[in-house]
Amino acid sequence: MSIKVLYFASLKDRIGRSGDELTIEAPLTVVEVWQRLNPNMDIPDTLLAAVNMEYVGLDAKVSDGDDVAFFPPVTGG
Amino acid sequence: MMTIKLSAEIFDPWQELVDFQAQAVDMAGKYGATGVFVGTMRDFNQGDEVRGMYLEHYPGMTEKQLQRVVEQAQGQWQLLDVLLIHRIGQILPNDTLVLVAVWSAHRGDAFDASRFIMENLKSQAPFWKRETLESGQIRWVEKNSDGYSK
Repeated sequence: MSIKVLYFASLKDRIGRSGDELTIEAPLTVVEVWQRLNPNMDIPDTLLAAVNMEYVGLDAKVSDGDDVAFFPPVTGG
Repeated sequence: MMTIKLSAEIFDPWQELVDFQAQAVDMAGKYGATGVFVGTMRDFNQGDEVRGMYLEHYPGMTEKQLQRVVEQAQGQWQLLDVLLIHRIGQILPNDTLVLVAVWSAHRGDAFDASRFIMENLKSQAPFWKRETLESGQIRWVEKNSDGYSK
């Protein structure tokens, strides 16, 4: 099972990658996805997350084939 | 009815309105109020002079969230049509950043819905501004202010 992960804006710069692919054996939560991919980086207080382009909480479940995105507060308009 | 566009090119909001109304023949005579908001890039922010900026977005999610915001407005107010255009990419001071226009029979709906769409767009649509200051420094804008507070 695999999931795609994207990072945006200042978070992408901090992490130094625009995305990751993660192979998982069982469903994870969003926060577990973060911890697997960025074990040495604390979760930013203002972190926002989306699964399949919908906002979710960090405890949301992530399943095979899902697209996960992590990003800082939005600043459009 | 709604039209949502992301534009990587500079656009003239007033010409967009003229063109949109010219083709929207079905609502001619039906609307008594048009609420228009135009957001323009400033050459200053947080006490610094700004030379330009890059507007990043999340292709797919940005459009989806903008559509959601407009649908919420359509659920709350009686709207005949909505036009929303937002810039992406490289932007210079005095460029239009965003156009929100709503057409309604009455002014209350037009005023309130256009404000609602703007405020919710600013807090929900995934866009991020990266400014280049006059000094050459590059920085990400950290958050949007609350439009209802002074």
